[in-house]
Amino acid sequence: MEELDIIVCAKQVPDPEAPPSSFSIDRESMSVVPHGVPPVTNPFDENALELAIRIRELTGGTITMLSMGKSISRAVLLKAMATGADRAVLIEDPAAEVGPAAGSATARVLAEAVLRIGRFDLLLAGRQAADTNSGQVAIGLSVLLGIPCVTRASSVEVRDGRLLVERTLPDSLEVVEVSPPAALITGPEAGDLRYPKIADIKAAKGRPCEVLHLADLGVEQSGAPRVRLLDLTQPVRERRCRMVDGESGAEAGERLAALLQGKGVI
Amino acid sequence: MKGELNGSSGVMVFAQCSGEKGMNRLAGELAGLGMRLAKDLGEDATVVVCGPGAERAADELAGLGMRTCLVEGAEAVAGSGCVPATVAGPLCLRERPRLVMYGHVPPGDEEAVRLAYLLGAGVTSDCTAMEVCDEREIVLSKPVYGGNVMARFNPESYPYVVTVRPHVGVAPEPGTSVVGEIVRLEASDLLPDGDDAARRGATLVSREQVPSNGVCLEEAGVVVAGGRGMGGREGFESLEKLAGLLGGAVGASRPPCDSGWANSASQVGITGKIVAPDIYIAVAISGSTQHLSGMSDAGTIVAVNRDPDAYIFKVSDYGVTGDWKEVLPAFTARLAEMKRQEG
Repeated sequence: MEELDIIVCAKQVPDPEAPPSSFSIDRESMSVVPHGVPPVTNPFDENALELAIRIRELTGGTITMLSMGKSISRAVLLKAMATGADRAVLIEDPAAEVGPAAGSATARVLAEAVLRIGRFDLLLAGRQAADTNSGQVAIGLSVLLGIPCVTRASSVEVRDGRLLVERTLPDSLEVVEVSPPAALITGPEAGDLRYPKIADIKAAKGRPCEVLHLADLGVEQSGAPRVRLLDLTQPVRERRCRMVDGESGAEAGERLAALLQGKGVI
Repeated sequence: MKGELNGSSGVMVFAQCSGEKGMNRLAGELAGLGMRLAKDLGEDATVVVCGPGAERAADELAGLGMRTCLVEGAEAVAGSGCVPATVAGPLCLRERPRLVMYGHVPPGDEEAVRLAYLLGAGVTSDCTAMEVCDEREIVLSKPVYGGNVMARFNPESYPYVVTVRPHVGVAPEPGTSVVGEIVRLEASDLLPDGDDAARRGATLVSREQVPSNGVCLEEAGVVVAGGRGMGGREGFESLEKLAGLLGGAVGASRPPCDSGWANSASQVGITGKIVAPDIYIAVAISGSTQHLSGMSDAGTIVAVNRDPDAYIFKVSDYGVTGDWKEVLPAFTARLAEMKRQEG
């Protein structure tokens, strides 16, 4: 199999493992403000990077990380690149729309960026961003680029010069053969991103990083189909919990059963 | 396929069917939601099915009072009863719906996005509420930031594509409205070249069914889920026993899946499945944000946890502080006894 050039799309998001209390809403700018939550690479995109590294181990080639944002943390980028990306292309622009209504605009900007990068064999991306949860950019990008798209990709194998992708579906395991150029879309089923070694982080500092602005790509984000964000609210999840006691755990268990039946719950 | 869809009107639902079983539960929910929105808009609603089981599903959906479109000779997305974007696209260009709806379960969640981009339309995934406000504006709600924040949107261009989370719509009772018309369409009329550009270059080599324990997690009325405190594989056997008794499915938070005690397909949470059963029984689950986002819409939440300060109690309706090893067998035995008495 020939060497494959891979583009991995990766967004920076506030750490999704942060507790609910660390997010508040700024009504003025209609945006979510994380408090003391560090940016991380979107976990689903980390899965994509991990799969890209495993593919490169099989075929050789290069990995380019493509990221877009208002400002991109170089420390977070470096950590991801240290695991194995050869270079980065950043679309960094204070005017970049990144909020919950920006999905289709983002896909269009990224499509332009991919065309500008030029030759590629595989495009990998996570199935959704952990902040906007929009789940449209990766598939949308493949449609805009006119390339086949394999979702829920969990592993890749090269057999007789053919590229075989395993898909993990809710009730089945599928293997599909793809001919590059193609998009592979990942989630947790592709596995966690490996940890970089200290030496890798040092080495990553010297790797090329190209920064583009929206104007360089000549694409109007406002040209995308529009959806208006009306408001953001924090849902109330808390309920009034009726605690059931007993002399022993077993007694409490029996009382719980009786109570639930009495209330018509079960 | 891109086209100007000025003058678009109505709601078009792309339903998934389950082969022999006809329409699935979600299809009924989407039909109910589609008809309600169409009524509020003063427009029509149509549901579309194709593939194995579509005949039966079409009869069932028409029985709910909905105009039903059966696309004959069109293949569903491989391994599912979902209408592919390549069939939905030409149909949308022909019928010009204002709002297009898929269920937010695989592969409909993906086909909806493909369809939107094929049509050059906007798309919002994973909607948890939809309503029509004054001046016939459609308002969509969806969770962002892993469910910590709800966003409300208003589409500004039509057609607009949405995917709707299970349990959001309410299926109408069959036989309560006039049976809907069934319209039969030939796939060959819709797909002149029969070519699937989106999948060209990717061909299926094999498919292997993964055995499941029967009840589908997303469709289950009762979910019994275990967390880190279950301590091992054996703990999950106790949960299976309880789930079996209640006709429910077994779920898990992330740690048991990472440890291999539970099948990763049973994970409930942002990175797993989103469920909203009538009853959710959380056993030895502390209640992380990631897990709560997958189950906090359940009807009644019951928690059993050793730690009286576990966050899960704050989002539950009923709770027992105690070791599940003592609480659960007694709870299950008592329920079994009550069931026997009901006979």
